[in-house]
Amino acid sequence: MNQSIPLAELMPGENGVIARLKVDEALYQRLTAMGLRVGRPICVIRRAAMSGPIQVRVGLTDLILRRADALNICISPA
Amino acid sequence: MKRLALLGMPNTGKSTFFNRLTGAGARVGNWPGVTVDLLGAKILLGGHMVEVVDLPGLYDLHGFSEDELVVRHFLENNPVDLVAIILNASQIEHQIAIALQFKLLGIPAILLLNMSDEAEKLGIRIDIRRMSESLGMPVMALSAKYGKGFAEARQAITGMLEISEQRPGLEDLKDKLAQDDLVEQQMQTIVSHSVQFPRQLPESFTARMDRLLLHPWLGLPIFFGVMFLLFQGIFLLGSPLQDAVEWLLGLISQHALEPLMSTSPGWLHGLLVDGIYNGVGTVASFVPIIVLFFLFMAVIEDTGYLSRAAFLMDALMSKLGLDGRSFVMLLMGFGCNVPALMGTRVMRSRPLRLLTMMVIPFSLCSARLQVFIFITAALFSAEHAPLVLFSLYLMSFATAILTALLFKRKLASQEPFVLELPPYRLPTLMQLWLRGWQEVRHFLHRASKFIIIGVVLVWALTHLPPGVAEASPQSYAATLGNLFSPILTPLGIDTQMTIALLFGFVAKEIVIGALAVIYGMEGDALTHQISISMDWVQAYSFMLFTLIYTPCLSTIATLRTESHSNLYAWGTVAWSLGLAWVVSFVFYQCARALGY
Repeated sequence: MNQSIPLAELMPGENGVIARLKVDEALYQRLTAMGLRVGRPICVIRRAAMSGPIQVRVGLTDLILRRADALNICISPA
Repeated sequence: MKRLALLGMPNTGKSTFFNRLTGAGARVGNWPGVTVDLLGAKILLGGHMVEVVDLPGLYDLHGFSEDELVVRHFLENNPVDLVAIILNASQIEHQIAIALQFKLLGIPAILLLNMSDEAEKLGIRIDIRRMSESLGMPVMALSAKYGKGFAEARQAITGMLEISEQRPGLEDLKDKLAQDDLVEQQMQTIVSHSVQFPRQLPESFTARMDRLLLHPWLGLPIFFGVMFLLFQGIFLLGSPLQDAVEWLLGLISQHALEPLMSTSPGWLHGLLVDGIYNGVGTVASFVPIIVLFFLFMAVIEDTGYLSRAAFLMDALMSKLGLDGRSFVMLLMGFGCNVPALMGTRVMRSRPLRLLTMMVIPFSLCSARLQVFIFITAALFSAEHAPLVLFSLYLMSFATAILTALLFKRKLASQEPFVLELPPYRLPTLMQLWLRGWQEVRHFLHRASKFIIIGVVLVWALTHLPPGVAEASPQSYAATLGNLFSPILTPLGIDTQMTIALLFGFVAKEIVIGALAVIYGMEGDALTHQISISMDWVQAYSFMLFTLIYTPCLSTIATLRTESHSNLYAWGTVAWSLGLAWVVSFVFYQCARALGY
């Protein structure tokens, strides 16, 4: 019963494990280099107003990314 | 000659390390991708001349951004003796991949863990010896900002260069890096063996600050409040300094220059005193404000608040076809458009870059600010002047927004927006001092290049052909001004101001320098002359035109080199010229029609 949901749907304070990155090669490399790799725990810190970007924490690094891009990052429950 | 390449992720303090190592003053900033040009310096290390090259920041040797291509091309085409990899110690767990990639490539490397003090504060303990053993390369902890561990790192680099042999450039670098899974595995082993993380992150300063500064509804008002206070602070501190410089320049002119020049022929006196001294002096009196402006911007940039601005503004910017980074570049443009244009190199998608570069020239840069402070001081009361300046900043944003809205369909992009949010940092006094000094040097450089030539040319135009009264209808200046009068008279801009505008095309600083020369006055006398030669409607129309009509020559050159397209560069200039004319025309004619 390992259902994954898009990162964009996680609420602030919720966390999970990165299950899949449905992105092109260029972005895949970039996300990987910034620490967003499959199997790593991720936590949503806050979401900006007006459907703005979300702030996530992976390890000790904080990243901001758009919700549209966060739709392509699949998270399974921690 | 040996060659040492510095390499690391954006925001790891690579430039600070480079500056310390080479003694040069490159920019230090807390914004990913500030080091955009390849900086190099030759220094003596141990008995060898060593060429140190500061490579652009990159996330991954595989990467696809322009900066990452630059690094790859550099390594493929240039032999190096040693690569110094600079990583952020508190983010070691994923940054260490780059070190492993170099080990895989067989390039001799040394790993410098920067900001180790910050990592310690976060409770991250790194066992340097163990990491070095398992990585198979020397590892050193350092804090480039405070200089801790710097001497040791320098010594280790010297020692390694002593025995190094230059490796030829690596071909097919990308193919050799195919073993990603291996790197991934090794990474985890090394990190788990040599790094101790705190069980839970302490509720740190950054988290508390962010709760307030990134608040969904308070974040933006606070941001604009901070910016407003910043500008207030600049003028509060800057105005007395500006008066002091003017007073000093007057004193020199009165007690040294005039007695010295009293016996020289009239034309030489005119050229040197009324031309160069008054012209350059008028511009120089703005230096304190400009230096303060850049210092304040540097504080904002180095603390990490600009990345927060990107977070807060991204939702609005996406409606304009831009993103959070574009907004940060626009803000940087308020200092100077040129570095802001170069900063767009961190963007991967060409349409997004072109659109951002198209709006940056509308940022009211510090050079234009000088013109506006000068004119508003002459024509508006002390209560109204700040409002007038504020309205010009609004116009600057409005023209940028209009431009983005009009061109966003033509330059549409799907670029993902992912950005690191660094913890807040406290810039050191040394860092600020270097920045301020750089701005003064930059000004002197511009002064010697453009401003002197500009004011001399203006002086010549207003005093030639020989025998004409200064700036009289017979002078070349008047002839040139009359040529443009059919276009500029409907905007309320007279012949004298036309000459200033023409030279403002080269650099905006020349505008006020030119006015000093045209009227042959400086200081209060010049301000008074300006206030009687036009009314406030004409002045505002002139300022609108100056704000929008065209960035300086350096900006146009940068637009061209960064876009690799003449059509784009000149198209951008043509658009701003046209827009400036329309805006000034509408304002001037409406104001007159309304009876002002």
